[in-house]
Amino acid sequence: MARYVRILSALFAAAVLASVPRARADELASIMAAKVIKVAVPQDFAPFGSVGLDMKPQGYDIDMAELIAKALGVKAELIPVTTANRIAYLQTHKADIVISSLGKTPEREKVIDFSVPYAPFYSGVFGIKDIKVDKPADLAGKTVGATRGAIEEQALTDLAPPGTTIKRFEDNNATIAAFVSGQVDLVATGNTAAAVIAERNPQRAPALKFVIKDSPCYVGFNKDEPALKAKLDDIIAKAKAEGELEKLSQKWLKAPLPPGF
Amino acid sequence: MIYHLQLGDLLPYWRVLLDGLIFTVVLTVVSTIAGVAVGTAGASARTFGPVWVGRCVVVYVELIRNTPFIVQLFFIFFGLPALGLKLSETVAAFLAMTINLGAYSTEIIRAGIEAVPKGHVEAGMSLAMSKWEVLRHVVLKQAFRKIYPALSSQIIIVMLGSAVVSQISAEDLTYAANFIQSRTFRAFEVYLVAAVIYLLLAIAMRALLRGLGRVLFRSAA
Repeated sequence: MARYVRILSALFAAAVLASVPRARADELASIMAAKVIKVAVPQDFAPFGSVGLDMKPQGYDIDMAELIAKALGVKAELIPVTTANRIAYLQTHKADIVISSLGKTPEREKVIDFSVPYAPFYSGVFGIKDIKVDKPADLAGKTVGATRGAIEEQALTDLAPPGTTIKRFEDNNATIAAFVSGQVDLVATGNTAAAVIAERNPQRAPALKFVIKDSPCYVGFNKDEPALKAKLDDIIAKAKAEGELEKLSQKWLKAPLPPGF
Repeated sequence: MIYHLQLGDLLPYWRVLLDGLIFTVVLTVVSTIAGVAVGTAGASARTFGPVWVGRCVVVYVELIRNTPFIVQLFFIFFGLPALGLKLSETVAAFLAMTINLGAYSTEIIRAGIEAVPKGHVEAGMSLAMSKWEVLRHVVLKQAFRKIYPALSSQIIIVMLGSAVVSQISAEDLTYAANFIQSRTFRAFEVYLVAAVIYLLLAIAMRALLRGLGRVLFRSAA
């Protein structure tokens, strides 16, 4: 009997000690204590996040989430989000971190923090080859589709001359559907999304017209979490040094990491 | 847990909300008129027209009433271009709402028509009124008086359902709210404001329709 009491007390003490960090509201510690990290990932943005034929999520961001979870020694719980609601999910703690081809902007920096970059990414205006657009000024009088809240949509709103019609859709799937169905002849999107459209619709492939922004991807998390930031930066740096990021880039983007990344 | 409302962040975007509100109102008014017209035609055709016309109306009504509005909208906007019919988002929104309200109001008005006693129709015919005169003065006037409350409710439902057209980039009130949220990240404030605006709009529409009903159906039944 006494032996059982001693074992139970030891377990109880361990549980109490393990739960103490949570009382300080430290995100990293609560992740380690719960042994689960909730990662918001995209499901509408191949090759960063999409759903495979077996209905399982797959992509650069999903592989990155698993990599980070393994490095932390916890389980990854993937939470599908869209471009429009991913920051809101983070702010309301429905997710611990966001890995969703997230770019860094001053507006976003006001509300969340970023790690070091983990994936290369550039956005631009793409369109059918019959339309002549070489620079932003050529957009006057034309219609461009974009996903609301995405970096290229915000940049396009600033860059586009008056007389441009910007049609904003709620998620990437709708924007792509609009281009493929012929509702818009130009789209502002990322190089990777354009590659996917081209692969699936060779008869209406989007060609690059001009680059809007070269904007690598960062992991997003809530403000005032220095321990979490340090750990994430460390994991990403190690993955880069050990060649893991290069492998992901080749697998999903079919291209090597750009020099100087 | 106390939350401090940051409504100030929304102020620079008041014009966006106003434009969205105007779009929603115009869309609702135009598609209400068109939808009720479609409903009247459909109900009259089903009750008094040839059998094959009645069957077409039944197919139309059952198809629209048993599929989700957003699916109908996406079909018109994303699907029709594959058949060569490319519509702008405003036209697609108006068309979808008209077709949708048309189906529901066909059934509502048909219920009103069937509630008019057959004796009245026969009385009208015996007074040498033409079929159209009987339809207009005897049947429809009484039918509308009976089903007016149900029709008003359906109009409000369609107005609130118009929020869905933001999904095809039609710039209505919900689109405006989504746009402002993507710039300010103040989801709580902007959707609260949008909900309040929709609420006031619905209350105003109900009052307007009630007033219209009193003017139209002044004499006692």
